[in-house]
Amino acid sequence: MSANLAESGPVLVAEGLEKSFFGVTVLRGVGLTLHPGEVHGLVGENGAGKSTFMKILAGVYERDAGTVVLGGREVDFSHPVEAARSGLATVFQEFNLLPERTVAQNVFLGREPRRGGLVDRRAMVRETRALLDDLGVEGVDPDAPVRTLTVAEQQIVEIVKALSVDARVIQMDEPTAALADHEVELLYAIVRRLAERGVAILYVSHRLKEIFDLCDTITVLKDGALVSSGPASELDTDELVRRMVGRPISAYFPDREEGTGLGASRLELRGAGNAYVDDIDLELRAGEIVGVAGLQGSGRTELVEALFGITPFTRGELRLDGRPVRMTSPRQAVRAGVALITEDRKAQGLALNQSVADNALLVIRSVFARRTSDVRRELPGVLSSLEVASRGIDQEVQYLSGGNQQKVVLAKWLATKPRVVLLDEPTRGIDVGAKVAVYTLMRRLAKEGVAILMISSELPEVIGMSDRIVVMHDGRASAELPARSDEATILSAATGTLRVGGEEAP
Amino acid sequence: MSGPAGNATPTSATPTARPRRRPLDASLIVGIALVAVIVIGAVLVASVGRNFFSPGNIRDILTGMSVLGFVAIGQTLVILCASLDLSVPYVVSLSSLIAADLMAGDPANIPLAVLAVLAVAALIGLANGLIVTELRVNGFIATLGTGLIIKGYLDSSYKGTSGDVPWEFQLIGATGLGPVPVSTLIMLAVALGGAFFLARTRTGNHMFAVGGNEQVARLSGIRTARPLIVAHVLCSVTAALAGLLLASRLGVGSPTVGTQGGYDLLSIAAVVLGGTLLLGGRGSVWGTIGGVAIFAVVDNVMSVMQVNPFLKDVVRGTVIVAAVAVYTSRSLDRRRPRFGGGSGATTAASPQRGDREEVQA
Repeated sequence: MSANLAESGPVLVAEGLEKSFFGVTVLRGVGLTLHPGEVHGLVGENGAGKSTFMKILAGVYERDAGTVVLGGREVDFSHPVEAARSGLATVFQEFNLLPERTVAQNVFLGREPRRGGLVDRRAMVRETRALLDDLGVEGVDPDAPVRTLTVAEQQIVEIVKALSVDARVIQMDEPTAALADHEVELLYAIVRRLAERGVAILYVSHRLKEIFDLCDTITVLKDGALVSSGPASELDTDELVRRMVGRPISAYFPDREEGTGLGASRLELRGAGNAYVDDIDLELRAGEIVGVAGLQGSGRTELVEALFGITPFTRGELRLDGRPVRMTSPRQAVRAGVALITEDRKAQGLALNQSVADNALLVIRSVFARRTSDVRRELPGVLSSLEVASRGIDQEVQYLSGGNQQKVVLAKWLATKPRVVLLDEPTRGIDVGAKVAVYTLMRRLAKEGVAILMISSELPEVIGMSDRIVVMHDGRASAELPARSDEATILSAATGTLRVGGEEAP
Repeated sequence: MSGPAGNATPTSATPTARPRRRPLDASLIVGIALVAVIVIGAVLVASVGRNFFSPGNIRDILTGMSVLGFVAIGQTLVILCASLDLSVPYVVSLSSLIAADLMAGDPANIPLAVLAVLAVAALIGLANGLIVTELRVNGFIATLGTGLIIKGYLDSSYKGTSGDVPWEFQLIGATGLGPVPVSTLIMLAVALGGAFFLARTRTGNHMFAVGGNEQVARLSGIRTARPLIVAHVLCSVTAALAGLLLASRLGVGSPTVGTQGGYDLLSIAAVVLGGTLLLGGRGSVWGTIGGVAIFAVVDNVMSVMQVNPFLKDVVRGTVIVAAVAVYTSRSLDRRRPRFGGGSGATTAASPQRGDREEVQA
């Protein structure tokens, strides 16, 4: 798609970018070169520094060292708007859209065209429509409120917003993270069309299939450093994964504890479904850790939310310890011995400005109030066994590190003596030491006969911890794989390219 | 062990064309509610042998709308920006006093008095706006504070009504075109101006952005302080217009006329009744006018029917709660169902869904 790569000079050259947060280096000497019409994939594990790199280019973060040359001119943006006006636009992972405003109003937000001092609504709509037509997008009405659009259409609005400033470089951070498969095709077409027009695209994605489908060049980051940058044609999936992971997977996953045995079935699903997941068959046995892999938006979180009674199943059968139950509220789930460690620790797991003790007692107080004083007496011991580093149980949890916050969440649920523990991204955003503590705790619980379901986006974690791996794809459990399955198999199941028997489709 | 999933083929997405259901426009719903209230009111009034649509009664309703209308138009702008203005009743009282004192019975003083009132109000609004944006004090508290300051000044400086409004100025509150009072026409003109401002100026557009999601607004290069300050200034100015109108009706200025009217909470109630989101980012001036009209009609029907005054407040309270409950039940399930075609059962099963994004915002 870009035969003229060599002929034209680079539109963006970044060299030696460095960044550290609070003394922790997250980016060391990373650089890359973008040519007009090039689709440049930026890959790496979570925490490899991809997002930081993009945000430095976009002017969200200030860099500590390094140079960025855009169109032959050295630049140092201090704000994304400044970057966009200079031709470097970014489509962030979180949408920057106002759901109550129309497509056109969102596209031109902050730069509304004016005529005679007044906002020229007709020009706004006209130009938005022209941009949409240009991308070959049909069915998006510039006058429609953004909240009425699908996620894919909202993604398109973000891209149109980037285009409306005449961007020469567009960065896209996980643009397909929230899209269904058929919507991804639409995005592909748009990316290709942009490249044909000479726009350079920096494309960050976890979906390796997309990287190979779209990108001319691939840059691999690992632990904040550059691993390689070169033509996509010189790589294959295995080699790419090897470069991304680069270390033995088993490094910090503790082994199963001595004497852990599979017990009776704790939780069983047969053909369960609701508005977000469908046809789920799943069994969790005592002492078992089952990993749930899948892309963002594949229905993993929705699965545990259904199990926990937040968005109850409307079809199929759910059994706890062999008895059929209808889980219709979290309270009921807690009473039945189910615990859910949510994905978003700060918004859903903790009352940030309450103390460690208040947070740890939250569930007990509200559901098993009579046990409160017992649990309170045991609390210091539980916290120290989890190695929670705090100034005391009266400290507000907002001042704890992410890892210690997560341990408080775990303490909260351990107090309920759960028999089924659902963990949604239990190690997201916490340091390695805390991760190991979480893994060790999971092993210990398994030994005690608790059934564990763990969602994770980090494949090494899924592979390293799971006795079995369920892969979600588009709201369904697309595959169930044995322990120690390799990343490629899981990824192909997650991206929907896995065929019967685990063979990979081309 | 859980058999069927063991080696399943990946299931492709079901690209069912989602019916694009544009939710009803909020101000349309307000309109429907208003018509319903009028119909019910007309029947009730007829049941006691009176005519709801008599020119006299129409004039009463419209007169009842105009003062609250002014205040609520300004309040709409402030609430759209996700702020609040609790100082309006005191601005109303202060404006009536400044107007009556400066006019001092002489028609020649009218222009000066009106300009002075508007200037003072604009300064109060500017102070509110700056406290909210520069000192980062929540609008609720900021305007509660400035309101108390004005109240303190009024209480210490005035023992009762003051000033003298000349007959020429009193005509504004007393005359009408047919059954339509001039004051209501002015109020509607201001509403038109407000709606135009929101739709066609950048600052107006940016109010929706600042109130809807300040982060998005900032990342789009909007100077987020400006729309908020402008909204507060305009809110105080419309409150001053209400004060001028009250002075014209009373013939004097009064230090308690604003608080007696309860314009702080009533204006907020009218705005919310009009479909504007209390959290900001969505709403319209016309919805607010609808909300004000609903209040006026309900009040009118109750006074025609000579309802016990305590029961009046019960009815008012019920109307507010019922209206907001209706809006909330319509609020959107932002995460689209993937399966089951979004029948009533599946959406009802997840009522808390729609709130998540708003909480984050």
